[in-house]
Amino acid sequence: MKVSLFVTCLVDGFWPDVGESAVKVLRRAGCEVSFDPRQTCCGQPAYNTGYTDEARRVAAVMIDVFAEDPAEAIVVPSGSCAAMIHHAPRLFEEGDPRRAKAESVAARTHEFSSFLVDTLQVVDLDAKFSGRAVWHDACHGLRELGVKDQPRALLRKVDGLELVEAKGEPTCCGFGGTFSVKQPEVSVAMLDTRMAVLEETAPDVIVSSDVSCLMQIDGRVTKEAKPGAPRIMHLAEVLASR
Amino acid sequence: MLDPAQSPEFRARALTALANKNQSAAVARATSTISDRRDLALEEVPEWQEWRERARLIKAHVLENLDTYLEQFESNAKRRGVTVHWARNAQEAIDLIFDIGKRAGSGAIVKAKSMATEEIGLNHALEAKGWEPLETDLGERILQLDGQMPSHIVAPALHLSRDDVADIFVRELGVDRTNDPSELTAIARRVLRTSFAKAALGISGANFGVAETGSILVLENEGNIRLSTSLPKIHISLMGIEKLVPRFEDLALYLRLLPRSGTGQRLTVYQSMITGVDPSQEGPEEMHIVLLDNGRSGLLAQPDDRQTLQCIRCGACQNVCPVYRAVGGHAYGAVYGGPIGAILTPHLSDGPQAAELPYASSLCAACRDVCPVKIDIPKSLLRLRAKAVKDGHRGRLEKVGFRAWARTMERQGRYERAMRSGRMFQGVVLSDGAAGKVARSPMTPLKAWMTERAPRRLAKKSFRELWKEGLIDG
Ligand code: SF4
Repeated sequence: MKVSLFVTCLVDGFWPDVGESAVKVLRRAGCEVSFDPRQTCCGQPAYNTGYTDEARRVAAVMIDVFAEDPAEAIVVPSGSCAAMIHHAPRLFEEGDPRRAKAESVAARTHEFSSFLVDTLQVVDLDAKFSGRAVWHDACHGLRELGVKDQPRALLRKVDGLELVEAKGEPTCCGFGGTFSVKQPEVSVAMLDTRMAVLEETAPDVIVSSDVSCLMQIDGRVTKEAKPGAPRIMHLAEVLASR
Repeated sequence: MLDPAQSPEFRARALTALANKNQSAAVARATSTISDRRDLALEEVPEWQEWRERARLIKAHVLENLDTYLEQFESNAKRRGVTVHWARNAQEAIDLIFDIGKRAGSGAIVKAKSMATEEIGLNHALEAKGWEPLETDLGERILQLDGQMPSHIVAPALHLSRDDVADIFVRELGVDRTNDPSELTAIARRVLRTSFAKAALGISGANFGVAETGSILVLENEGNIRLSTSLPKIHISLMGIEKLVPRFEDLALYLRLLPRSGTGQRLTVYQSMITGVDPSQEGPEEMHIVLLDNGRSGLLAQPDDRQTLQCIRCGACQNVCPVYRAVGGHAYGAVYGGPIGAILTPHLSDGPQAAELPYASSLCAACRDVCPVKIDIPKSLLRLRAKAVKDGHRGRLEKVGFRAWARTMERQGRYERAMRSGRMFQGVVLSDGAAGKVARSPMTPLKAWMTERAPRRLAKKSFRELWKEGLIDG
């Protein structure tokens, strides 16, 4: 299948390894992967802060780029960005030709793990990784896109990996876009609450598929520099390892 | 109502709350206990999703036809001897209650727990006139003694520990110190008993009003609402205009839905249905219902956000909200805190403090998934944020920042140049040296990030550069 990667601005700039791993995994799953360098950002930061005009301007560019992309699927290694693309049609009035375009782009857009499991129906990617892993459910993936069982199914097939479950209902890591810098204290308090629950499982690695959460968790773990702290990895990185 | 005694900024209030470790622990403990109980109670109801959908549909239908149902409610209540009053805003409601109350003559004023009366600041208004309304709900009574606002819709004193309550009782009632819950309850009860015996005026809210019969329904666990509404000569119920259900039989659903969602109970201990007055029987001689608008009809006129009025005040969204769990209700600086408060308060109060509340959320959407009447809270938060931007309630820096961001992101060339310069300067900006400190002046988001989190550095080569150079292989 021909897939186009919407790599997201955060992966592009800060976590290129995640993008690289995603490409590897998709190719291993039999996909032909393309990347259109005209892409930048989905517009989520502005949209979530109430800057509708700015979000619309940026989303429009992204929609135009992907609307003419011949790929059958657009794959995003970040749940919140994928969710934003699903919300994007709302930014354009009924009757605006961009709305129809945005809807067709949204219909072809998939979060990474759900693309593998739901669309390609692949769970075994022949990956090897030794250690205990706990999955952090990212809110937008979980509650907007129904990403819950897919990443777990993928991780269970990783040779050498022991998947453990955190207790209770998953809670937010506290990132929330501009929330993380507008309310830094509350944001970090939420993170610490989440981390305590995740760390109870004594994981070697915390895995997620939303770069925003990774940014938040990694930032705290790096700052605290506690000995024996778990590593933070994107699902694509785990699946790419052998 | 907003709390004028607190800082107008959410961040400052949140900081105060976070610094109070006892309180944070109490809030975290209580909210997770209630949430767990709720989850257990829902396990018994496989058709929960159908309940939610029906509950939403009935409420949405009422809101679409509210004028008709209000008229029906009024005429049915009147037919049964109730006097119905209309209050456009808090002041009108206070004046009405004061005028009615005057006729009760001397004697105690007993108050049942009611968020609507909190919303209009009734106690303060009555106290300013020299009256002494007595809260009869234990949680509310504790808060009244200490001059605090409720911090939770259902459990108003949820932020207090047993020891906090003991301190308040020793200080305000001069009793011997005990932190045993049943002894504390007994102390409160002693005071209340004497007041009930002398009560001339009872003031309550209402959980539901029934259009077809003109009845009101009040739910509780302590029994004081039943006493407050039946012992005094005059009973006044203050009810938001959105509280109606069309038919008596609709209550069968909400009677079960609300307690399960709110406290994880199958039913509340008491359910009091009050349908009119009959002077020939025992009970109040007069019953008055004050229908409160206070911003609600304005909200009703906004089809996208009207859903906010479906709320049955169960508090589930507060219990599950990670922001609320971290900071508690007082940090919201408003009578209604948590997710529901963040979407309701801006419609009840004006100004920047109310406009800031929709930003007190990470948009995690946990609230939407628990809400028993399926209010899409995150969607309303987003719309209110867009409105705050439009109304000019956001800072200049943020506005300029997003303009520049959009300019950068809408052109590949600018985006790539920005990334290159970011890479060039990040060494200095993120350094511990003087230049770094200046660059991270107190205003910048970077500083806010870096206080407790390490910054992630831009990679030496971006994904697009690796791709272009053919370095991505499979
Ligand atoms: S918004 Fe929903 S969950 Fe929150 S208090 Fe109202 S009914 Fe309950």
